[in-house]
Amino acid sequence: MRKLLTGAIVGVALLGYQPTVQAAGEIPPLMTRDWSFDGIFGSYDDASKQRGLQVFNEICAACHKLEHIHFRNLTDLGYTEEEVEAFAEQFFVTDGPDEFGDMFERPALPKDKWPSPYRNDAEAAMIHGKTPPDMSLIAKARVGGPDYLYSLLLGYDEDKGLELDPGNYWNEFFPGNIIAMPPQLYPDMVVYADGTAATPEQMAYDVSNFLMWTAEPKLEERKQLGIGFMLFCTVMALVFYGMMRRVWADVKK
Amino acid sequence: MSADTPTPKFTGVLGWIDHRLPIVSWGYKELVAYPTPKNLNYFWNFGSLAGIMLVIQIITGIVLVMHYVPHADMAFASIEHIMRDVNYGWLIRYMHMNGAHMFFIVVYIHIFRGLYYGSYKEPRELLWILGVIILILMMATAFMGYVLPWGQMSFWGATVITNLFSAVPLVGDSLVTWLWGGFSVDNPTLQRFFSLHYLFPFVIFAFVFLHILALHQHGSNNPVGIDITKKDKIPFHPYYTIKDVFGLFVLLLFYGFLVFFAPNFLGHADNYIPANPLVTPAHIVPEWYFLPFYAILRSITFDIGIFGFTIIDAKLGGVIAMFGSIIVLFFLPWLDTSKVRSATYRPIYFWAFWILVIDVIVLTYVGAMPAEGIWPTVGLIATIWYFFHFLVLLPLLGRFERPRPVPDSINKPVLPRAQPLGPQAQPAE
Repeated sequence: MRKLLTGAIVGVALLGYQPTVQAAGEIPPLMTRDWSFDGIFGSYDDASKQRGLQVFNEICAACHKLEHIHFRNLTDLGYTEEEVEAFAEQFFVTDGPDEFGDMFERPALPKDKWPSPYRNDAEAAMIHGKTPPDMSLIAKARVGGPDYLYSLLLGYDEDKGLELDPGNYWNEFFPGNIIAMPPQLYPDMVVYADGTAATPEQMAYDVSNFLMWTAEPKLEERKQLGIGFMLFCTVMALVFYGMMRRVWADVKK
Repeated sequence: MSADTPTPKFTGVLGWIDHRLPIVSWGYKELVAYPTPKNLNYFWNFGSLAGIMLVIQIITGIVLVMHYVPHADMAFASIEHIMRDVNYGWLIRYMHMNGAHMFFIVVYIHIFRGLYYGSYKEPRELLWILGVIILILMMATAFMGYVLPWGQMSFWGATVITNLFSAVPLVGDSLVTWLWGGFSVDNPTLQRFFSLHYLFPFVIFAFVFLHILALHQHGSNNPVGIDITKKDKIPFHPYYTIKDVFGLFVLLLFYGFLVFFAPNFLGHADNYIPANPLVTPAHIVPEWYFLPFYAILRSITFDIGIFGFTIIDAKLGGVIAMFGSIIVLFFLPWLDTSKVRSATYRPIYFWAFWILVIDVIVLTYVGAMPAEGIWPTVGLIATIWYFFHFLVLLPLLGRFERPRPVPDSINKPVLPRAQPLGPQAQPAE
């Protein structure tokens, strides 16, 4: 048993060991929030995700793609299929070719992907100087995840930004501090459907929640299954430990 | 209980089959009656755990391939399709991703177990060498598998590692072009890596079979490290089958924790950015299980030459050191000249072993650090110690170390635990 414990400690040490590489430049520690999806029992805050969708749709979506999300996925936010259909209808997607061989525009359906605001990346780069990244995986594609998104959205210093070239902005949490994305969140830029006060902190929190969901839509299912799996394995390990002791009882040490 | 279980005469359907194809009696002999030392500790569980991890990787991998698209334009999106639209695709994919981490954790413990208890010594040299071949195949498989999602770290990791071959004198550049199937890492590279990533696990499987065949020729080594008699052996079933099942559920607890609660903890955030040949990540870092070798590669920062002529430039030197750090393991059975297997009875080797463990952990840490400041120096010292351990220390220890008296049977060191150790159990000094 002592050796088993030693083995377990070695295992934990190996798993717990993750060297972190500090990026060049002075990046302060990220602002952190208590996310509802943290921890083994964590789950998403549906109301916050819905507000986050509103922020994303009204502010971020003008420049950012959400290319791995289909409108049908939005039922995960707590919307009914009718609500999702109504939401999708405000977008237009290219379909075709029709019977004349022509492509045509039609209102989006739940089966469609969230359309890109650009025809292609070259157009995006022409408009903005560089292509704004896709947002659907951003919460997993940046060290710090949702804390990083939250910090970045609130990390602008407009006084320091005045000294930079046009098209560049100063952000405390962006590696290198110079970012091409202008500050976005000002008080009451959106009018929340549920009446929540739209402070920049609230909007950053909600959109970070939403983007964590777009990056990891199966998080709740994963954690629920995980709890069952861990309980099952614990019980089975105990059962087999007991059986092993009984089988081994007749082995003379 | 002893291991003298005769193979029974099979009757009925089993008997009919066995008369024509002796797999039933063979399976009985190798998996049920197989005589195993009765004093194996939990570190002997890791062999079977490694086998189970290989099977898990093969099964999850085959399912992933049903949905994955091995094309530079579609690979990344097809992974996201698996994560979002395939039923339980997220589970299969996270099991495969973290299965690679667990496989290496288990195999590294298995290897260090062999180093501590001298499991590579006569008559198990070929068993050990087959194990080293499996390790090399695993590393190749894991490297190519990491390229398949076609994220930023996939692409740039592939670029850095394949570029190592350009250090080969004269034909280096042609060799790299040949490996890539073009003039940079691109779609042909991805497709050949995919093909080989599917092939290699089955090659590993074949070598695992040979590894087990070689193991069963002389049976397992044991913590005392002496050849033991039949009366100290017990049949594999039920004693070790049940112990292995218990060990499996403990492993699944660690594995499950990674898969369900920290699936991306051991990965890199950059690999969720699609590959972009025009943007280099700030730090290109391999997966943790390659870090010690990566540190050895980067530790050679100077040219080696005589009379001002460079014989081996720094890049080639690093590549030689990195491959050498694995090649040296092939010669371990002959580099370690001591006749005593277990470190328990080797007072100096005991410390040499633990210093090597620390040395490899230091190398792992250095491999993750940017090559600046103190880290290249630390890496060079750790690299020198690594080779010193195998090439100098082990051959000398066999000649100059005075091992403690080794017991005649495994009952001896177990029995006196209740009473104080006798004087003969003290170090020989």
